[in-house]
Amino acid sequence: MIDVSELSKFFGERRAVGPLSLHIESGEIVGLLGLNGAGKTTTLRMLSSDLLPTSGTIRIDGVDLVEDPDRVRPKIGYLPDRPPLYDEMRVEEYLGFTARLRGMPADDKTARRVREVMDQTAVGEVRRQFVGTLSHGYRQRLGIAQAIVHRPSLLLLDEPISGLDPVQIVEMRELIRSLHGDHTIVLSSHILPEVSETCDRILVMVAGQVRDAGWDQIRGTLALTLRGDPAVAERAAAATAGVTRVEAIGNLAAARAPHGPAQDDAGVFTLRVASDRDVREALCAALVHADVGVLELSRAERQLEDLFLSLAGLGKSAAAGVKEVAA
Amino acid sequence: MSGVLLVARRELWAYLRSPVGYLLAALTLLVDGLLFVAYAVGEAGAKRYSAFVLQQFFYGLSGVTMFCCTLLAMRLIAHEEEHATLVLLKTSPLKDRQIVLGKYLSVMVAVLAITLLTLYMPALIFVRGRVSVGHIAIGYLGIALLASAVTAIGIFASSLARTQLVAVILAAVMVAAMLLLWWVARVSDPPVKDFVNGLALHHKRQFDFMDGVLRLENVAYYLSVTVFFLLAAQKTLEARRWR
Repeated sequence: MIDVSELSKFFGERRAVGPLSLHIESGEIVGLLGLNGAGKTTTLRMLSSDLLPTSGTIRIDGVDLVEDPDRVRPKIGYLPDRPPLYDEMRVEEYLGFTARLRGMPADDKTARRVREVMDQTAVGEVRRQFVGTLSHGYRQRLGIAQAIVHRPSLLLLDEPISGLDPVQIVEMRELIRSLHGDHTIVLSSHILPEVSETCDRILVMVAGQVRDAGWDQIRGTLALTLRGDPAVAERAAAATAGVTRVEAIGNLAAARAPHGPAQDDAGVFTLRVASDRDVREALCAALVHADVGVLELSRAERQLEDLFLSLAGLGKSAAAGVKEVAA
Repeated sequence: MSGVLLVARRELWAYLRSPVGYLLAALTLLVDGLLFVAYAVGEAGAKRYSAFVLQQFFYGLSGVTMFCCTLLAMRLIAHEEEHATLVLLKTSPLKDRQIVLGKYLSVMVAVLAITLLTLYMPALIFVRGRVSVGHIAIGYLGIALLASAVTAIGIFASSLARTQLVAVILAAVMVAAMLLLWWVARVSDPPVKDFVNGLALHHKRQFDFMDGVLRLENVAYYLSVTVFFLLAAQKTLEARRWR
């Protein structure tokens, strides 16, 4: 779907992106994760043909974006960090305009598609309203609607949840997931849980380059807080189908109270489990069967966070995080 | 062509939905009317040749039209830049040329519509005098060509600027500079004098139209200025893809 090779972008003497090479398969949801200024927006702008690269190539479905933009642009839907909305237009009229702009004819089929997209993005109830009167959540959704109205195969979303409240974030996440399958999606964000929850694959961007640190390996890891015998728990977990690695991490009570465990934390420890499939149910059953108490089960968000910060050069456990994953 | 019309139609809707569009049209017509009464017709009882009244009417109309075009053109690209909507056009299958032409067309339609509303003024001359329809038509043709050139300059300025305010200042400076070339010509010696005079936007070129004289060289001049600045605006848009 997307082949990027040795892509670079300089603004004057400053290198904003590159050299960047990546391959994205059709139908994937890929997250570009990075701190502000890491080059995410610049990369998306180049992928959308809004910005020309200084060097390197971008091929979408085998067609060079720089050499032949006219053939590629109809295949791309782009939501920039500020949705490109005309405040004086009504919602339905705006979507009709963007559909025509992308080469759709002014007929009933296009009108039907506009209504379909309004339903899909839940902006139908404000279809007669002027865009300028919409709330931030609706504006973001309308931004996505304009990006998908012409059925592009590639959807580029720059910070799609920026400025949304928690309810809107959940709705937006569901909306993006619902687009999975019809579109290859590349979204950028500096918010780790958003990318972690939404994307199939995460590319961490630091100083304009993608850092590969086995991110996806750590992403499949579960962290369990258990009570009982750590050796028994380790054996039970290792015997569960799908589990690829098990690691008991110390005694929680000892860690919290070096001069004697607190009563509540006695016998509590953490088990980190890597797997190649969803093993949560089987794992809990195996642990309970082995007489180990399951107090908590969660995805290893904390480790992701540590790793992200370490890659960005801000973490305390930079070396440790990367080494652990490499192992 | 459909891309050009699509852009033009959206811009025209934007004028029609904005109070600024109506305000500008009303102001333009008011000033045109006042200039016609005070400047062209003159004091009550004063005797003037009909052709002179018509010439003075077009003189006032040309100034107001330049002002109107500069104001309407300032928003074309700079407004999109300010509101982050330009990216929608830039990432669409439209070519930069179509974007520029669509915006140019929208201002021309708006300005010509406003200008046509002044038709009753030269028609009033027929009440007490006599002018040829050809003189009126050529005068309006001159105004349309002047509007075309100033609009093109305005679009170019708008493509250079990041805000509408900077765009309108830039356009006003460029238009003023091209207007004042006749004065530069006055204080120059041949052959520079003829060359600079030939480049002046208004003085020599527009006076022929006001007198009802149609010269192809004047038509060619205004069309050349239009094409030159539209091309410059297109190239500026293309260059923006690098930054």
